[in-house]
Amino acid sequence: MSAQFEPVILGFLCNWCAYAGSDLAGVSRLQYPPNMRVIRTMCSGMVHPRLVVDALERGLDGVIVMG
Amino acid sequence: MVECGRHLNIELLTLSEIDTISGQPGNFLVTLRQHPRYVDMDKCIACGLCSQKCPRKVPDEYQMGVGTRKAIYISYNQTVPLKYVIDKDHCIYFQKGKCKACEKFCPTGAINFDEPEEVRTVNVGSVILAPGYKPFDPTGFDIYNYEQLPDVVTGLEYERLLSASGPFQGHLVQPSTGREPKKIAWIQCVGSRNKACGNGYCSTVCCMYAVKQSLVTAEHLHGDDIQQTIFYMDLRAHNKEFERYYNDAMAKGVRFIRSRPHSVDPGEKNIGARIYYVTEDGQQVREDFDLVVLSVGLEAPADALELAAKFGLKLDQYRFADTSSFAPVLTQREGVYVCGAFSGPKSIPRSVTDASAAATAAAKNLVTARGTLTKEKTYPPERDVSGEEPRVGVFVCSCGINIANTVNVPEVVDYAKTLPYVQYVENNLFSCSTDTQVLMAEKIKEHNLNRIVVAACTPRTHEALFADTLREAGLNGYLLEMANIRNQNSWVHQQSPEAATAKAKDQVRMAVAKALRDFPLQRLSVAVSQRALVIGGGLAGMTAALDLADRNYETVLVEKSDKLGGNAWFLNKTWKGEDIRTNLQVLIAKVENHPKIKVLKQAEVKSVSGSVGNFQSDIIVAGRTETVSYGIAVLAIGAEEYKPNEYLYGQDARIKTHLEFDAELRERSAQVAKAGSAVFIQCVGSREPERMYCSRVCCTHSVHSAIKLKELNPDMQVFILYRDIRTYGKREDLYTKARELGVLFIRYDLENKPKVRKEGDNLLVEVVDPIVQMPVTIPADYLVLASAIVPRQHEQLMELYKYNVNTDGFINEAHPKLRPVDSLVDGLFLAGLCHHPKPINESVSQAMAAVSRAGVILAKERMSLDAIKSYPTEKCDGCALCVDVCPYMAIKVEEYRDNGQVHRRIVTDKALCKGCGLCAATCPKDGVEVHGFTMEQLQAQVDAVVAGFAQAGA
Repeated sequence: MSAQFEPVILGFLCNWCAYAGSDLAGVSRLQYPPNMRVIRTMCSGMVHPRLVVDALERGLDGVIVMG
Repeated sequence: MVECGRHLNIELLTLSEIDTISGQPGNFLVTLRQHPRYVDMDKCIACGLCSQKCPRKVPDEYQMGVGTRKAIYISYNQTVPLKYVIDKDHCIYFQKGKCKACEKFCPTGAINFDEPEEVRTVNVGSVILAPGYKPFDPTGFDIYNYEQLPDVVTGLEYERLLSASGPFQGHLVQPSTGREPKKIAWIQCVGSRNKACGNGYCSTVCCMYAVKQSLVTAEHLHGDDIQQTIFYMDLRAHNKEFERYYNDAMAKGVRFIRSRPHSVDPGEKNIGARIYYVTEDGQQVREDFDLVVLSVGLEAPADALELAAKFGLKLDQYRFADTSSFAPVLTQREGVYVCGAFSGPKSIPRSVTDASAAATAAAKNLVTARGTLTKEKTYPPERDVSGEEPRVGVFVCSCGINIANTVNVPEVVDYAKTLPYVQYVENNLFSCSTDTQVLMAEKIKEHNLNRIVVAACTPRTHEALFADTLREAGLNGYLLEMANIRNQNSWVHQQSPEAATAKAKDQVRMAVAKALRDFPLQRLSVAVSQRALVIGGGLAGMTAALDLADRNYETVLVEKSDKLGGNAWFLNKTWKGEDIRTNLQVLIAKVENHPKIKVLKQAEVKSVSGSVGNFQSDIIVAGRTETVSYGIAVLAIGAEEYKPNEYLYGQDARIKTHLEFDAELRERSAQVAKAGSAVFIQCVGSREPERMYCSRVCCTHSVHSAIKLKELNPDMQVFILYRDIRTYGKREDLYTKARELGVLFIRYDLENKPKVRKEGDNLLVEVVDPIVQMPVTIPADYLVLASAIVPRQHEQLMELYKYNVNTDGFINEAHPKLRPVDSLVDGLFLAGLCHHPKPINESVSQAMAAVSRAGVILAKERMSLDAIKSYPTEKCDGCALCVDVCPYMAIKVEEYRDNGQVHRRIVTDKALCKGCGLCAATCPKDGVEVHGFTMEQLQAQVDAVVAGFAQAGA
């Protein structure tokens, strides 16, 4: 792992809470690292475990499910 | 708020004041004065550049003066409407004639310094007044030293200190030093329960906001040495679930001291504050705190007198609107209604309930005009895209410079052109502007596009707008995906433009991947049965039935017993002195004679099928079965008085519950007057481990009865043995009056409850007086037990409707603050005691609110449902794993025959499904999916992320 390790993180965000919170972080201009890619879901409970395992198996560094 | 701002049938007039009102209910003319905003609302896109460039800083009233804002500003980030406004009094141009920086930098030309004040007249049928309250200002009360000491703040200021959007980003600090405080004190009843400041009433909400703040404080501070102390007189936790919350705070170490501090002095070296107080047993104590929070009360709004004069309203002695218990939102002027704290201090759920109640009252004047002015949009016929290969159009928004300053937009545009199936890409300065919308529709038609990706802001605020544009261009609105490159990119990665650009490309790639798998979806609509069922013929149920019927809905009222009226028959007067039976009889007559109400007595609901908009029930009425169909139901099944099993109840005729004593006062008041003494014991069955809630009405009832006894016989010795007196709101005046009349109040603890015994014929009550710390024995001619209010047996009904209850058996609302009369079952509403113990005015308000909420469903012949719903696929084999996880009980299993074989599969109820997809994530074989969020679509997005990762790594 090099010093410039930049992880790629996949985020599943619930439309009603975490996704809305993420929007509000934008409105509030809260700065955070640009390493996450977001998939919007209608509930964090919608995220099938297979999607998580698949993402990790194929080399993504982390998956975060927020809801 | 956003919903209100976006509603097609709500016109928001901000910066406006009422000048005059004339006319009658159903036809008022209201003249309004609209002050200029100096910003064109149609042009302002709230990019915030004006504010950034504005050179003038002003203390920020939203942050309670702790931070600063600019002279052109929005109050806070979620402001509705999200449009900037110029504060003329601080604007350099308006004050000195030069500057106009905002005008120079505004990318849309929205600034207009010449905007005039406008006077306009509106024609309305009803008026609702909701001017809110004014927080008590402790300035000038030298005992608190609020002005002099920076570390003494009000409850509202403290709220800002705790807030993530506050002046310190939620990092709690001591204002004088900037360090984390360790010892924090709350002083209750600042500006409440205090004749010295003119506010004799209780502000109702401060006890619980202080307890909440004390618990939230712990989340903001580090270390084990923090200590929260609340100085209070009576801890008033009378709302649903509040008693448990209060007990939780005690268990978590929050210190509660029953004392009203008499002085607040500067701390050492002027840091923090020193509080002087006297404990209950008489000790003088001096204690230092890092931070002191004054739990300030609620006062009538500053313009209450002016409003009252304009509208001809009656105010009480505290300048709150005076309303009756049986019509809590009606004013003295017909057609004008009030809600919220204007009619007295109240909590959020009660304000929300009042607001819906006022809407119900206001709608009565509008029944004949209903639906005549509502707006609805029409669209061209939808193009069938089913046989077409995907042709994707990508619109990348610069959002002025909001996106373009960080993300390299031209690079993203070029990248989008390389993606599969993308036919057309363009960049817009503002994709959301009205002219761009028109152009977008034209491009869709010109290039025959059938999937659209908009890379701009968030779908949460703008998806509906762009979906509308698609529909105007003849495309199904669900063929749209958004890439959130502003809120979740340019705004949060301002320091890393390159990485932000790379992320924007990924976001566009993910959106295109999903859009390729979008299919047209249809919003379902179902016919609504515009009839209502009300279960329970007490005060709440009858009020709901009457208001429904007055709005022209056929209503069936089901009552279990052979008589309407419920608990109200056993009560004498409201705390305001209104006669309950007289009002009840009027109400019963109205209900029984209303042509739209069918009253079924000795009736019980036996079955329920269907869902919101279309319920069917069999109702057993005195042995016969009647079938009714209805669109909504109101549950108003009431509650009952707890029969005590302590204090010798049932063993002596002189020992009575509240309702029994009310009967005694009603029927034998001459005999009652002869008594030499009466003792009330509070919290009998309430606030104990097995019933950890406050029954809310008993303190007021006992105090009210005690006053009645003193009026019947001033020489009678009247005692009230209590734990906390909870005469909230304006009821506090009764408590004051009772003390003035000589009623003696003695406090007891749960660990040291009063003891009742008989010696010969004498009934004796023994209690430890906490002030002298000695037991005292009181002979009682009457012993009145303020026994709890407990839920009725309603398991059968619960099983039928599938609503749920809290630990105590009271029916749960959908949201404790914002949806206080909706149950968790769509189309099922609550009112009255079955939700939580409450007095008459609150039951009535809740019943009216339930009607308002029900009206949302009943007003239309058809109900439109969102298209994001789950559906079974061919792979479903009926294993039913999803049935158990569905939180909305929207899935059932059915059997069907194919080639002579019996198979099982699921069916989903589209009216109940919310599209959460728990079913899809649970299913091991892709047997159930959610429209618009299919496994294939989510997988395509994952693939798109992985592809980008592989590319970057290569």
